[in-house]
Amino acid sequence: MSAPDRPYALLAELTHRCPLQCPYCSNPLGLERAANELTTDEWRRVIAEAAEMGVLQIHFSGGEPTARRDLTELVKHATEVGLYSNLITAGVLLDGARLEALVGAGLEHVQLSFQDSEAAGADRIGGYRGGHAKKLDVAKLVRAAGLPLTLNLVVHRQNLPHLGDLLDMAVALDAQRVEIAHVQYYGWALKNRAALMPSRAQLDEATQTVEAARRRLKGILVIDYVVPDYYARRPKSCMGGWGRQFLNISPSGKVLPCHAAETIAGFTFDSVRERSLADIWENSEAFNRFRGTDWMPELCRSCDRREIDWGGCRCQAFALTGNAAATDPACALSPDHAALVDLAEVESGSAPPDFVYRRIGAA
Amino acid sequence: MSTRTLIGEASVPRLGPHVKLRFDKQRDQWIVLAPERLFVPDSVALEIIRRCDGVATVAAIVDALAAAYKAPRDTILRDVSTLLQDLADKGIMTE
Repeated sequence: MSAPDRPYALLAELTHRCPLQCPYCSNPLGLERAANELTTDEWRRVIAEAAEMGVLQIHFSGGEPTARRDLTELVKHATEVGLYSNLITAGVLLDGARLEALVGAGLEHVQLSFQDSEAAGADRIGGYRGGHAKKLDVAKLVRAAGLPLTLNLVVHRQNLPHLGDLLDMAVALDAQRVEIAHVQYYGWALKNRAALMPSRAQLDEATQTVEAARRRLKGILVIDYVVPDYYARRPKSCMGGWGRQFLNISPSGKVLPCHAAETIAGFTFDSVRERSLADIWENSEAFNRFRGTDWMPELCRSCDRREIDWGGCRCQAFALTGNAAATDPACALSPDHAALVDLAEVESGSAPPDFVYRRIGAA
Repeated sequence: MSTRTLIGEASVPRLGPHVKLRFDKQRDQWIVLAPERLFVPDSVALEIIRRCDGVATVAAIVDALAAAYKAPRDTILRDVSTLLQDLADKGIMTE
């Protein structure tokens, strides 16, 4: 195989610590403890290596990245090596002074999560009392600091009735963008799937709401929209293809092709504590396992969309079929697709069970 | 962006706040970096974007391009306006 293209973006998951307990958290069920986190110096080295490899954007994430006291120092370092920095945060640990320091360090953009449009629902879903009110304050601080603001809105059966209100909230908070992402079912979300899965009618209504808002808010609010796989005809182009554009580093330094990759059992992911980032990107077994099209089952390899969706999502294929190299069941051509749609319809048609909140030991 | 930026000949376009045009030395290409976006402008788009310095009007940019490429001003105006309006709607360009 020829050398892979250079990655464009790095998701730096600084920690799995987080005050919120969202039941669809994208972190793995086995949360990393603080003692195993990379040190400041280790992150500095990795950030410099990423820039040298051709990474252009770094997304500081978690867990809650502001739980790391060295966040400002890491943003400053990223700026110094020429990276464009984005902070993906729940916001509840931020205040004006901290934000000012981050701006001074070169932070370019903030993505702030909201769990619902009103406090009672939002605080229940996030498992954090007072969180929603605090987030509203932080959104204002971000704009007052002159930073572009994106609202990250994960949507599911329990907050979709408020999608219109969420969009109005984004405009009122002077956000430039919203990311409306239907829950993707791995890890915690898979565990809570029945409590989160929307009905097809809910999905259709949401899609109409988004399309109407895009027309109405053209030039005012950019709306990115991720549809739920289970009702799709074709799979998403997950990460733009395994090991093509993107890499993720876990709090303990494991390098992953996507943030959910650790849900695939039997895989070993190399650590920046043992190998260089470039070596892992180019040569590790995990990155090369699903790179390109050679690994694909015949159904995908013979498909004219093989270099559009790159076979969809490996984590989802594993979660639903037990085989990470299977055709993503989100694809209507997959032999497992019909069962998937049935499952979504049954779960969304039943009363939602209680959430299993994301916390250490809860899984 | 409480109101939509509408690009006309009198507009004075510039890259939006926290949007960067950078040379990507590893890939030997110019690249636009913005919140959750990065793209490689083609040679025409790059030529236009580099002239959006917050001083020149769209009219002046179009005049300069029409002279440089000996092309009909109407055609250039249409192409420049379409590109800049699209970039403004994505939050990449402001005035």
